[in-house]
Amino acid sequence: MNQQRRNLLKSTAIFGLMASAGLISSAQAQEWSKAAFEGKSLDDVFKALNTSTPEKSGAISLNVPDIAENGAVVPIGLSTTLKAEQIAILVEKNPNTLVGQFYFPAGAEPFIATRIKMAQTSPVYFLVKAEGKWYMAAKEIKVTLGGCGG
Amino acid sequence: MPDPMRIRATEKDGIVDVKILMRHDMETGQRKDAAGKTVPAWFIQNLNVKAQGKDVFNAHFGSAISKDPFLNFKYKGSKGDKLTVSWLDTKGEKRVDELLVS
Amino acid sequence: MKLRPIHFQRYLTCVALVFFTLNTQAQSTADEIAKYREMIADGNPSELYEMAGEELWKKPAGPKNATLEKCDLGMGPGIVDGAAARLPKYFKDTNRVQDLESRLMTCMETLQGISAQSVIDAKFGVGPKKDMDAIVAYVVTHSKGSKVNVSVKHPKEKMMYEMGKRAFNFQGGPYDFSCASCHSIPGRRIRLQDLPDITTPEGAISGWGYWPAYRVSSGQFWTMQQRINDCLRQQRLPFPIYGSDFTIALSMYMAQNANGGIIQTPGLKR
Repeated sequence: MNQQRRNLLKSTAIFGLMASAGLISSAQAQEWSKAAFEGKSLDDVFKALNTSTPEKSGAISLNVPDIAENGAVVPIGLSTTLKAEQIAILVEKNPNTLVGQFYFPAGAEPFIATRIKMAQTSPVYFLVKAEGKWYMAAKEIKVTLGGCGG
Repeated sequence: MPDPMRIRATEKDGIVDVKILMRHDMETGQRKDAAGKTVPAWFIQNLNVKAQGKDVFNAHFGSAISKDPFLNFKYKGSKGDKLTVSWLDTKGEKRVDELLVS
Repeated sequence: MKLRPIHFQRYLTCVALVFFTLNTQAQSTADEIAKYREMIADGNPSELYEMAGEELWKKPAGPKNATLEKCDLGMGPGIVDGAAARLPKYFKDTNRVQDLESRLMTCMETLQGISAQSVIDAKFGVGPKKDMDAIVAYVVTHSKGSKVNVSVKHPKEKMMYEMGKRAFNFQGGPYDFSCASCHSIPGRRIRLQDLPDITTPEGAISGWGYWPAYRVSSGQFWTMQQRINDCLRQQRLPFPIYGSDFTIALSMYMAQNANGGIIQTPGLKR
């Protein structure tokens, strides 16, 4: 048995265990997508998400600052009137473009807020999958280091 | 077992607002320590929230989610809902915390 | 060469416009930073340290295998609520003025048998200092919303304040910096950070009332002792000894100036 299969089996075993323990839903357990999270560009991630460039949508409301005092912690939030099943956050100028993916089972509200790392000033893309189709909104967030102290 | 999460879950008008703070270094694998050595990547990959045993939210994190991750989501629910929040990281470490929605 | 009046007027208008734009830009930048700070205020990772600190307070530790639950922070054994608001203060049992960290070291030594020196020698954020960070977070959370209430009635407290004032104004190091170089003039700024004027009550509370804090740029919780240590590093002065009279005096000076102000700790800083 070659090393790759061994590694795959090992991680499958861990996820399988977690799934059977009811701790991670089994559908999700297989899905942390290496291809998506290691994408180095918007196109890489779009490809991994199985979509062409998503259509811009005015139905996505963003709550993000124009300037982040420190790129280590950039608060981002969004809500949408679309029937969101999945949301993806992409930072164009990060070494790995995809920052996070969020899944909304029945009953979950189409809203998310979290904090992300940004390597530098960059456009940030907010993708929403609704009824099988991907939409997006974008905003540039400026990142500054700030001074000392404070 | 890793440090506990700080979770707040309050219900209003049939919507439960859940805020989670997790204790995790979320290393990207790009940082060098004081000695100049690269700190290996180590981060939470999966987060799952169940209410009464049924999924209400899932997340996949990359290493660019900030250190000591913060997450806020909402779902249709009630006071007294039993929430089970669990995360799994790249080392296979996991943390599970439970609470009742107030 | 004669300056033609029309061109000069145009020049003035240009300058005025540029100045105005720069000013409004500066104002909107300040607004945006304020929005950023507001957005990250909810869900302060200091809460994670506070949770850990509460456990450490109640957990038996050290050679004496005892908890810190009998620690007297100035309001009586075990009383944590409001204690941080009254520090630094004079303690009869040690016959000296102590800040929160030095008082906690006294408790760790007398109650648990953990030597103060082991805490002093540890690196920041490691081992005993890591525990200290958590316990400090726990204790200061229990003074959040209280008013700073530091006395200078005792002669040693008075002396500490005067010493602190001297320390604050002491110039040294290759740049001849003192704390006052950055923190005694209104409206001072380093890049985007506003530098509070610690000689005034408003400036003092914005510093003393917001540290200890979780520092976003390092992803760490910093106690006041660590903050003072880093200030001295930035001034290119030698590192102070952890919990030494020098650091307590500086804290006494800041706390006194901040008296009556509302405590917001644990804070969340860049």
